[in-house]
Amino acid sequence: MTLAQPSPRPALLDEALALGGPIIVFDGVYLAFDEKVILRDVSFTLQTGHTKIFLGASGAGKSTVLRLIVGLLKPDSGRIFVNGERIDNMTEDQLMAVRADLGMVFQEGALFDSLTVRENVGYKLFEELNWPLEEANRRVEEVLGFIGLGEFIDRMPSELSGGQRRRVAIARAMAAKPRILLYDEPTTGLDPITALTVDEEIIKLRDLEGVSSILVTHQLRDAFFVAEHSAVKNGAEMKFGKAEGNKADEAEFIMLKDGQISFEGNASELRDASHRDPYIHDFLN
Amino acid sequence: MAARFVTWVKAAVLEVQEYVLMLSKVARGLVTRPFYVRDVIEQFDAIGIGSLTVVLLAGMFTGMVLALQSGFTLDQFGARSMVGRLVSASIVKELGPVLTGLMVAGRVGSGIAAELGSMMVTDQIAALRALGTDPIRKLVIPRVLAGFVMVPFLTIIASGVGMIGGWIVTVTLLRVASSVYWNAVVQGLYIQDVWMGLIKPFFLGFTIVTIGCHVGIRTRGGTQGVGRATTNAVVASSVAVIAVDYLVTQLLIVLMYR
Repeated sequence: MTLAQPSPRPALLDEALALGGPIIVFDGVYLAFDEKVILRDVSFTLQTGHTKIFLGASGAGKSTVLRLIVGLLKPDSGRIFVNGERIDNMTEDQLMAVRADLGMVFQEGALFDSLTVRENVGYKLFEELNWPLEEANRRVEEVLGFIGLGEFIDRMPSELSGGQRRRVAIARAMAAKPRILLYDEPTTGLDPITALTVDEEIIKLRDLEGVSSILVTHQLRDAFFVAEHSAVKNGAEMKFGKAEGNKADEAEFIMLKDGQISFEGNASELRDASHRDPYIHDFLN
Repeated sequence: MAARFVTWVKAAVLEVQEYVLMLSKVARGLVTRPFYVRDVIEQFDAIGIGSLTVVLLAGMFTGMVLALQSGFTLDQFGARSMVGRLVSASIVKELGPVLTGLMVAGRVGSGIAAELGSMMVTDQIAALRALGTDPIRKLVIPRVLAGFVMVPFLTIIASGVGMIGGWIVTVTLLRVASSVYWNAVVQGLYIQDVWMGLIKPFFLGFTIVTIGCHVGIRTRGGTQGVGRATTNAVVASSVAVIAVDYLVTQLLIVLMYR
């Protein structure tokens, strides 16, 4: 199954942000709430089609990074570029256009209680993009099929398990075909088997749909699984295997400590760093 | 002590600032796209039709008790036939708008604060924004419109039912003829009274829902925060109903009666 293509972008920008281009850039971002510094001089670049995995203790500022990307928070200083546009100085109205190409999976899903699974997943299509009803419904059924929850389409969120809610949240985030997906602790509180299903969805979206993603988690097992595996589709069959060669470098870890980046690199570099850095060693063990 | 007072004043000023900011966003949202018409209709139903029962009951019993109390008081002056005047003047000018306002504050103000508050603490409002929806346009404006339009309608119904309640007690308990009661009702009302009874609820409805929305979208602190927000919304909007009622009455007296 091939999901439809994302919304069009100017040709020059499209070329600049092609595979490997800088789709999200943080440049010296600083954010504090009153006296408490949340992020201090944070800079990184997410390349198109790649994944960044943010690790760190609770309160290290991981979720704040995602909220800054979506424009739910504004930095005190520094610059943030999303999809080639500087967003840190945009108004709420201007941000709406940027958000059209972003999908975010919130902690606990944040599904709308009063809407069915169909209405939740198709929310953006029905309410904001005004897709024709038939086309929107087809798309909703398509993404629910993609995450394997087609039969739950008319249920209310309260009738779903934690894992199903999280997967519906992923379906909602991907329904409008964004180029960037942000996952905020998508597997926290889930049993290992359900967490694995969610991890596989993240890999599928990255490897089969070319979605660039940022994953915030403190579930090391899930983080390494997403970083070190890739999805390959062979006809109707979907296979997950160990990522090798360049593919293994497409997922990078960023370790946040006290609001600062203390490590950036791929999975094997992170393991090596744990021998040298006592904080990373403690964290990984 | 002084430091605590300064903190309290700062917090109060911040609340007022945020409230005014929200109102400015509402004003802008009312004249620019997009509009969420379906949500507006839903809120008209939830706030207007949903509050009908409580307003009907409150209006009816208020009219009944007013007739009962004033009947026995007027008896001392041999003026029992004037009950209608007292009931109509009190209900149309004051009790109808204020009691409807208080009932709506209790039912709708708390409901709005609880609903928006839970959406806030479960990240549903953040999710709305991430999906490209402005929560002010989607959640606040439909409620403000519904409160502004439906509270006057509810007030008319409450006042009408209150006068009917007064009529039932006057005829059955006070043994005053029906025609005498209705004649006194009409004589007791001036056109300015009717205008006052019609204009005040617009202000009250607007105040109740904007306070409910403001408290709701500023909710923090999980389920405990939602409980606190609900209580704050009811207390603040109930007090605001009485205060706005006084201020608008004062203004209308200056404009219409002098």
